[in-house]
Amino acid sequence: MGCMLMSTTVIERNNAEKGNFSQMKQHSGEAAKISVTDLNLFYGEKQALYNVSLGIQEKKVTALIGPSGCGKSTFLRTLNRMNDLIDGVKITGDIVVDSENIYQSNDVIKLRTKVGMVFQKPNLFPMSIYDNVAYGPRMQGIKNKKELNKIVEESLRGAAIWDEVKDRLKTSALGLSGGQQQRVCIARAIAMKPEIILMDEPTSALDPISTLKVEELITHMKKDYTIVIVTHNMQQAARVSDKTAFFLNGEIIEYDETDHIFSMPQDQRTKDYVTGRFG
Amino acid sequence: MPSPLTEKQTLEIGKSNKRKYMLEKLSARIFLLCALLSVLSLLLIVGFVFYKGSHPFVAEGYSFIDFVFGVDWVPSEGKFGIFPMIVASVFATFGALIIGVPIGLFTAIFLAEIAPKSIAKIISPAVQLLAGIPSVLYGVFGLAIIVPFLQNNLGLAKGQSLLAIILVLAIMMLPTIVTVAETAIRAVPKTYREGSLALGASQIGTIFKVVVPAAKSGIMAAIVLGLGRAIGETMAVILVAGNSLIIPTSLTDSVRPLTTNIALEMGYAFGTHQEMLFATGIVLFSFILLLNFVLAKISSKGGN
Ligand SMILES: Nc1ncnc2c1ncn2[C@@H]1O[C@H](COP(=O)(O)OP(=O)(O)OP(=O)(O)O)[C@@H](O)[C@H]1O
Ligand SMILES: [Mg+2]
Repeated sequence: MGCMLMSTTVIERNNAEKGNFSQMKQHSGEAAKISVTDLNLFYGEKQALYNVSLGIQEKKVTALIGPSGCGKSTFLRTLNRMNDLIDGVKITGDIVVDSENIYQSNDVIKLRTKVGMVFQKPNLFPMSIYDNVAYGPRMQGIKNKKELNKIVEESLRGAAIWDEVKDRLKTSALGLSGGQQQRVCIARAIAMKPEIILMDEPTSALDPISTLKVEELITHMKKDYTIVIVTHNMQQAARVSDKTAFFLNGEIIEYDETDHIFSMPQDQRTKDYVTGRFG
Repeated sequence: MPSPLTEKQTLEIGKSNKRKYMLEKLSARIFLLCALLSVLSLLLIVGFVFYKGSHPFVAEGYSFIDFVFGVDWVPSEGKFGIFPMIVASVFATFGALIIGVPIGLFTAIFLAEIAPKSIAKIISPAVQLLAGIPSVLYGVFGLAIIVPFLQNNLGLAKGQSLLAIILVLAIMMLPTIVTVAETAIRAVPKTYREGSLALGASQIGTIFKVVVPAAKSGIMAAIVLGLGRAIGETMAVILVAGNSLIIPTSLTDSVRPLTTNIALEMGYAFGTHQEMLFATGIVLFSFILLLNFVLAKISSKGGN
C-alpha cells in the first residue's frame, strides 16, 4: 500500500517549536497509551501533518479540535492506519501503541481490532442490526451462536441502545434513526473489544438529543476505553474530554488538559479559536 | 431610449411567436412519433410472430403440447417436435452462465476493487472492446480454435458440440457482465468499505461480505443482460453447434438450439414448416421473458 516509513523526519522544524513540544510532553505525566513522535504525512506532494507529537493517555478522552482542513481527520486516521487506503500517502515518524510501533508491523488487521473507529456519518451496512454488530466478531472467526448473541447484547448495552433495538435485531439497520444508527456503530466498534476507540465528529450528523445521548455514552465509556474524538463543537470538547489538542494547518499548536485549553490557553491562536474569534 | 413599438412591429412579433408555437407543437409531435415507432415495431414483430406461429395450432389441428415435447423434427413428414432444441438451448444458456458469471464477476471485482489503476486502465478497455466484436467472428473463432481443440483433446469425432457453444457464449457474455457489474461495484459507497476495514476485516472479506452484497441488484442486472446475450445468440452458435437433432446426453453431443433452428431453415421453408419456425420463435421469446421475470424477482427480493 502506498505507505512508506522512515525512522527519521524529513522536515526540520525550527528550534522554538521543538521546545514547545518538549514542554507538552511534560504535561502528560502518566505513561501514554499511544505516543506519536514527529509525525509527518503527505498526500502526494501536499503535506497535511507537520511534526505532530503527542501522548494519548489510557482510559481518558482526548479531543482534537481545530478549523476545517487542519488535519484532524488525517491525524486520527493514522492511528488505525486508515490512510493506508489512499493512494500516494507517505508517512514519516513514529506511532507507538502499547510499546509497539504500528507502522513497523504489517498486521493492520490486529491493529484495527485493537483500535476501533466510529465515523462522522453512521455507516452501518445494509444488513440487520444483529449482523452489523456481529460483523467484526464473525470476521475474527467467531461462529458460535451463543457467543455471538452474548457479544451482540453486551455491545448494544454498552452503547446504550439495547432497549431500543432488542425487539428488532433482525430488521435492517438502515431503518433506525440517525442517532440510533450512530450508537449501533459504536456498538459495532465495541463488539471487537477494542482498547482504543477513534471517533471522527461522531455527532455532527445528529440532532441535539441524540448528540447528548452519544456524549453521555462517551463519558460512560471512558472507564473501559481510551477514546480519541474529533469535534467541531467546543462545548462538546469541554464536556466530554480530559485532554484537548488544538490543530492548525497540520500542526499541533497546543495540547493540554481540557480545562486549561478552555480557561487559560497559552497560545494566542488557541485562545482565538476557543473563544470563537477564529475562522 | 427605445421608441415604443409601432403597430406593424407588434403584429410581426405576434406572427413570429405564432410560428414559434407551431414549431414547438410540431417538434413535440415528431418526438412522439419517434417514440411510438419503437413501440410499434415491438408490437408488429411480436404480433407477426405470434400470428404466424399460432396458425398451425389454431387452424391446422397441430397440438402445441406435441410441438413442445415432441422429439422428432422432420418437416417433410409433418413432424414438428422441438424438445431437443429446447433442452439444447437451456443447457447451452445455463452452461454459459455457470462459466461466464463467476469469471465475469471476479474480473469486475478485480477491476473495481483490487487492480492498481494502471492495470485496470489496460484491462477495462480490452473487455469493452470484446463487446464490440461482431458475433460471427466469435463463431469463426470458436470454429477455428475451440472446436479443433475439443476435437483433439477430448478425442471427439466432431468438435462441434454443446460444450463448444457453452464456451463461446461464456466468452460473449463476459463484457456485458464485467462492465455492468464493475459499475455496480464501484457505486458502493466508500464508507461501507471503510467501516468494514476499520472493524479489522481483510480486503477480501470486505469485498465478499459487504461490497458484493451491497451491489447485489446491479450484479443481478449484469447477469440478466449477459443471459439475454447468450440465449438469443444465433450466428456464433450456428458455427459451433453441429446442429444434430438429438436430445443431448453429454456436453460433447452435437446439438441444435432454438435460434439455430430458425436461422438454418427459414431460408427455404414455406407453409406449415415456416409457421412452425415462427412457433419456435414464440417459444424462444417466452423463454427469455420467463427468465427475465424470474431474475427480476430474485434481484428485487435481494434488494430488500
Ligand atoms: N485523500 C486526500 N487526498 C489529498 N488531500 C487530502 C485528502 N484528505 C484530506 N486531504 C487534505 O488534507 C488536509 C487535512 O484534511 P483533514 O480531512 O484531515 O482535515 P480536518 O481537520 O479533518 O477537516 P474537517 O474539520 O473539515 O473534517 C486538507 O487540506 C485536505 O484537503
Ligand atoms: Mg475531518
